[in-house]
Amino acid sequence: MAKELLKMEGITKIYSNGFMANKDISFTVNEGEIHALIGENGAGKTTLMKILFGLEDCQQGKIFIEGKECHMENPLDAIAKGVGMVHQHFMLVPNLTVAENVVLGIEPGPGQIFDKKTAIKMTEEASEKFQLKVDPNALVRDISVGLKQKVELLKALIRGVKVLILDEPTAVLTPQEVRELFVQLKNLKENGYGIIFISHKLDEVMELCDSATVLRHGRVSGFIKREDMDEKTLSRLIVGRDIVNSIEKDDASTGETILKIRNVSYVDDIGKKIVNDVSFGVRAGEIVGIAGVEGNGQNEISEMITGLLPMTEGSIVINGTEIKGLNINQIRKLGIAHISEDRMTYGCAQDMSIYDNLASIYLDNPKFIKGAFIDQKALSKYVKDCIEEFEIACDSEKSPVRMLSGGNIQKVIVAREFTSGANIIIANQPTRGIDVGTASLIHKLLHKYTREKGFGVLLISSDLNEVMNLSDRLLIMRNGKIAAQFTDTSKVNDEMMGEYMLGIKKMTEEERGELY
Amino acid sequence: MSIEYIETFFFSALRIATPIMYVALCATISLQGGLTNMAAESMMLISAVTGVIFSALTQNLLLGILAGALSSVLITLFLCFAAFIMKVDLYLMSIALNTAMSGATIYIMWVMTGNKANTAGYFASLQMPEVNIPIIQHIPFIGNIISGQNGFTYIAIIMIFVVWFLIFRTKLGLRIRAVGQNPQAAESVGINPYKIYTIAFVMASLIASLGGMFLSMGYQNMFIRDMTGGKGFIGMAAATIANASPIGAALLAIVFGLADAITNYSKLYITDSQFLSAMPYIITTSLLFILSYVRVKKNESDMRKRKLAALKASETQE
Repeated sequence: MAKELLKMEGITKIYSNGFMANKDISFTVNEGEIHALIGENGAGKTTLMKILFGLEDCQQGKIFIEGKECHMENPLDAIAKGVGMVHQHFMLVPNLTVAENVVLGIEPGPGQIFDKKTAIKMTEEASEKFQLKVDPNALVRDISVGLKQKVELLKALIRGVKVLILDEPTAVLTPQEVRELFVQLKNLKENGYGIIFISHKLDEVMELCDSATVLRHGRVSGFIKREDMDEKTLSRLIVGRDIVNSIEKDDASTGETILKIRNVSYVDDIGKKIVNDVSFGVRAGEIVGIAGVEGNGQNEISEMITGLLPMTEGSIVINGTEIKGLNINQIRKLGIAHISEDRMTYGCAQDMSIYDNLASIYLDNPKFIKGAFIDQKALSKYVKDCIEEFEIACDSEKSPVRMLSGGNIQKVIVAREFTSGANIIIANQPTRGIDVGTASLIHKLLHKYTREKGFGVLLISSDLNEVMNLSDRLLIMRNGKIAAQFTDTSKVNDEMMGEYMLGIKKMTEEERGELY
Repeated sequence: MSIEYIETFFFSALRIATPIMYVALCATISLQGGLTNMAAESMMLISAVTGVIFSALTQNLLLGILAGALSSVLITLFLCFAAFIMKVDLYLMSIALNTAMSGATIYIMWVMTGNKANTAGYFASLQMPEVNIPIIQHIPFIGNIISGQNGFTYIAIIMIFVVWFLIFRTKLGLRIRAVGQNPQAAESVGINPYKIYTIAFVMASLIASLGGMFLSMGYQNMFIRDMTGGKGFIGMAAATIANASPIGAALLAIVFGLADAITNYSKLYITDSQFLSAMPYIITTSLLFILSYVRVKKNESDMRKRKLAALKASETQE
């Protein structure tokens, strides 16, 4: 029997506005165990971890570290007691070096003098010991996301924590970086660390974790051991009903090409050619998926189509109109809707209400304008319809968007974009970091709108299952070019895609076929 | 134009640059901590008047300087209390403090001397002596510019390196920079950002106080109402343009000192006093435009070069 490292018992947290975030939650983490904490957005995972890390207080419940009851005053106290956390948004200082970030707060050196050499040595030693390779002299702003995560891990480990909380660590990583992270986490597990792994992705949980606690609506809905884990059981515990992840896809009946991308290139500020002479099209009634390792130009393509980024060369034609020289609003009016990858920046105005967010793109729409004024009645009806049709869970349409869970925020965005009158939807990572229930709803909607209303959808995603299940045609991007096209996605598997994504194989133009 | 004429010109430029250098360093520390220090004016004013009064009363220069520095620290602690604990907007509070100190110093002077313009005649302040530097004073030209300056000027030059060391070589400096760039990150490892802000502001106020006392106990031997005359803001500008680099900020302060010196020397040719009093600011503003324009252009051309190189590289690849 492994030694118990951490136990949380009967945790209850009620926020001052009366919202009960956690109700009587208990779970334990043993030495050398990776324990998953899963649940939909808003199920209370983050709150629970904030309590454990000393960021929030709870009304009831006890925390035991190695059998001793503790109370976490603040994050520093939590670290001293052996609990470290790698936040979803990294807590790093961009203009300091890796070593400086690692030792920040526990700087070595005599008196007030900061001893840089020792700091570098400490980082190198820890990096060696935990097999997390980093360059201590690199500036944090210059290193990749995967490396930043390693720096965060080192920061916690060098302070001697025994329990590590990882808040959705894979959400920001490329598939290779995820592989690497898993190896590192298993290595830490071998060394007796206890790891709490927060995630939405069931396949990752099943691969990595020894046990899982599932939360639903702030309560524990199940505890499950590795040997009993399967996707169906987990899904049922998470959403309380069976969900079928893969939609029943029927053949697309395609129309004319409504989005044409011709010889488009993009060169970024530091002179790197991110998108290199790409041409393809999206026809009415089909979903075109783009997969690829992140940073191979997918994002830039979506931003160029929506006007967020000016293209360096080439032409993009939307419903027969060239977009060069048009502003974002004019481009949208040509029939583009955009579900942005960064939903909190581009997708919504966090502090405004659901009503205002939904209304925001209709302020010059004659449907909702009466003379010089907004037709509140018509708009109100539209908002109510949206909330109903898209199953947005909220107290009232006047509550600010930031109070909603991630999944519901995405529903607001999807509702607005799908009903905007556009016929082309650019969906960039539409279900990243979102609970299974909402993700499945969004998938169904994308499918339904292409089949019934003849929409064209360009789906960009790093979730391979998502692109494989949804796409009628699947493109693979590598180094800013289209490396492959699959016209029959039912015959594609992860491995085949991986070979093209990593550049092991390359399709000739004949093999690739017509890109429209 | 004789050699002596040029020598005196540069000598006075360095002298005029001294208080700006102090304020620029003061603003540099705050800026590294992520906050713009707009209260430097009040820090200088209060220490200028307090230094004069205490040095005259105690007839001890060091006690006067200590009292001046202490007064500056006290109002800064009040500012930090208001901004970081009572959550008043820092910048509004700084501006309010500047206005209040302009009045308060005049009031203090009036209570102590019965005069509202200056303290001359009632309090003869002790002055920081002028220092001749051995060896250097005998070097032709350079010696006549650098040697024989007021003690405060040399302290300012030493301060450049003190501030540089503080920011880049101490634990506190690392924390100030960390808080300045990502307060949440600093907080997550147990650093209290408000504590760091306060320490940074107090150190900044110590440096600003030396600048204030240079005006009343080095350059002059009395306090004159509103004698800082916007130098706090010029120093702030210097620190901002120099991107919070201590050495860069100090060099810019010297450039601004030159602008002032030019104004002084123009008195021989221009008689319009209104225009003269506006002149250093006109020169400063124009310099700001030019410097900023040069920087933007440089960035643009760098970018263009890199883009061209990349295009070429990718073409040769194919």
